Amino acid sequence: MTGSRIRARGWGWRHAGRAVPAVAGLDLDVEPGERVLLLGPSGAGKSTLLAALAGVLGGEDEGDETGELAVDGAHPAGLRGTAGLVLQDPQANTIMSRVGDDVAFGCENLAVPRDEIWRRVREALAAVGLDVALDRSTAALSGGQRQRLALAGVLAMRPGLILLDEPTANLDPEGVVEVRDAVARVAAETGATLVVVEHRVETWLPVVDRVVVLAAGGGAVADGSPAAVLDAHRAQLAHDGVWVPGLPVEVARGGRHPGEALLVGEALRSGRDGAAVHEPLDVQVRAGEALIVTGRNGAGKSTLALTLAGLLPPVAGAVRATAPLRGELAAEAPIRWRPKQLASRIGTVFQQPEHQFVAARVRDEVAAGLRALRLPQPEVDARVGGLLAALRLDALADANPFTLSGGEQRRLSVATVLAPAPRVMVLDEPTFGQDRRTWSELVRLIASLVDDRGCAVVAVTHDADVERVLGDRVLRLGGER
Amino acid sequence: MSALARVNPVTPLLAAVLYSIPMLLTIDVVSAAVALAAWLVVFAAAGIGPRTVLRRAWPLLIAAPLSAVSMLLYAEPAGRIHAQVWLATISDRSIELALAIGLRVLALGVPTLVALVGLDPTRLADGLAQVARLPHRFVLAALAGTRLFGVLAEDWRQIALARRARGLGDTGAVRRALQAAFALLVVALRRGGTLATAMEARGFGGAERTWARPSTVGRADALLLILAIAVAATAIGASLAAGSFAPVWEGAQ
Repeated sequence: MTGSRIRARGWGWRHAGRAVPAVAGLDLDVEPGERVLLLGPSGAGKSTLLAALAGVLGGEDEGDETGELAVDGAHPAGLRGTAGLVLQDPQANTIMSRVGDDVAFGCENLAVPRDEIWRRVREALAAVGLDVALDRSTAALSGGQRQRLALAGVLAMRPGLILLDEPTANLDPEGVVEVRDAVARVAAETGATLVVVEHRVETWLPVVDRVVVLAAGGGAVADGSPAAVLDAHRAQLAHDGVWVPGLPVEVARGGRHPGEALLVGEALRSGRDGAAVHEPLDVQVRAGEALIVTGRNGAGKSTLALTLAGLLPPVAGAVRATAPLRGELAAEAPIRWRPKQLASRIGTVFQQPEHQFVAARVRDEVAAGLRALRLPQPEVDARVGGLLAALRLDALADANPFTLSGGEQRRLSVATVLAPAPRVMVLDEPTFGQDRRTWSELVRLIASLVDDRGCAVVAVTHDADVERVLGDRVLRLGGER
Repeated sequence: MSALARVNPVTPLLAAVLYSIPMLLTIDVVSAAVALAAWLVVFAAAGIGPRTVLRRAWPLLIAAPLSAVSMLLYAEPAGRIHAQVWLATISDRSIELALAIGLRVLALGVPTLVALVGLDPTRLADGLAQVARLPHRFVLAALAGTRLFGVLAEDWRQIALARRARGLGDTGAVRRALQAAFALLVVALRRGGTLATAMEARGFGGAERTWARPSTVGRADALLLILAIAVAATAIGASLAAGSFAPVWEGAQ
């Protein structure tokens, strides 16, 4: 199998209904077998380019194309099976219910004969190091396993071009390494051309031999060997949100003044449907202090956080709110509070922002919780305006929350939870998949809530940098990692 | 595994039709009782014990008595009248009809549910596309959609929690459910869109396609179809012989 050749001349794409093109005037040549890391600020059209190369950008209804784009000399929309695409959300890449069937799906569509399909399925699973039974349920796989499954599904089609759109952004550190190593092995064995979009450069440096940087609304602004591009554009890339190696983010912390305990978990076991997911533990959530909850996948971090947040009833033990948090409420257990009473005391930011959205405009989204509290309109307007400005969302005030980018959605979900000014904030993987810029904004914001406003923060995270900056106290679930 | 596992999933669908049409021609106790008994014997012979039958067909234990009781109380009265309260009348005729209807629900429902509940969606899709020759794009899109149901169930839980966290659960229950349902719809549409992209990226949508899993029909399938017709024929024959055949077109009189 040989790699595909990519050629773009003045290529551009404007999504239907958008004023500004996602990509414009792109000139790019990628030789067969090259392994390219594609960088650029959020909104530079990296995912759009990958979708176009995969031939899934859609027809004239979906947007306007300009210039020319070719994979192996033909427009990619007409090609089937030449390019394989792995998407960021592991859930989105799984099509069939069983591992073997999922890998076979692409081969079936390419009308590969049956015996050949199963030979390829076994080869592909071996190549990505996914050693599970063919009839294993895909629902039972971890995020890292799912992404390797998707890679196997692509590989079995024997594509000349493998396209990876932030394949490790939603994974824990073990999953990241699993997937990266599988990609490296596959690229070396097959000689396929590889294009990867990722913010975390360091992860992919051992795999790629070329870096291309796209500019927002423009073409490529830098192109060359990883070392040359990173050296020449380090500061700009960092500004654009790329995680440039050797340039750690520093977030200054104010003086810490740990105060009174606001929430107390006693012999607490949390879980779903009555089944506990961790051993009993005693935990205190204190004002002016951030508590990091970390641990391996499936250790029950999110479940514990939701239980502390008064959203899930404890399986055993208790969660008590102390008098300073409870105020005039009689019930000590947050799970027994009414939603309004809860939201003004404990705010929760979920892992997937879209689950939280309830309004058609960004402005109304932030106001929703305040209106539920029946605050006067001027007060609502003032708080909404302040939060939107603080989180750089003021320009998007009238946009639909579901149309925002991942980073914007994350910032919005934080703004909505901050609006009723809760004293306790619970955040589930707040930095998952975020670029460096959004990351530092979020971490700064959380730090200032703790240091300046004396809030208590509980953050579930796999992110070692978050733990380094915010880990006033660290709770590690499920033993050593 | 029972003998049913050797049958192509499309066959029970066809068998259910072949069996149900004659069985719907009459409402009487004899045909329903004979058919139900015959199926239980057939299932036992095929390795499907009473526990499995109960596990798959339990909803009928609610549906059958319900329909029987409504017949018992509200059917057109005839013969001796045993009790009468306002509109409800229990007569010889209504007792007989109640038994007939209750048994018929079981006679139709038990074999159908036993054969169809627990069908593997993937095998069913393979059968529908390869044996029944339905358009494969339609069948596979539906199959991929069924996997999303599990994902959406989890989405629903998250949405409910997220709404409480946002302080938005204090409105009326109906309004709350509607808003959450709308949120779920939006999430579902987006998931569907991404799924379509993922499928397209794997070459889905071409005219030609092969099948990794063969779906064939064989002797077991023929046997099931013959059994379906035979049970219906025996039941109707028994009812004719016993003189209890009560065709639906003669109405309830």
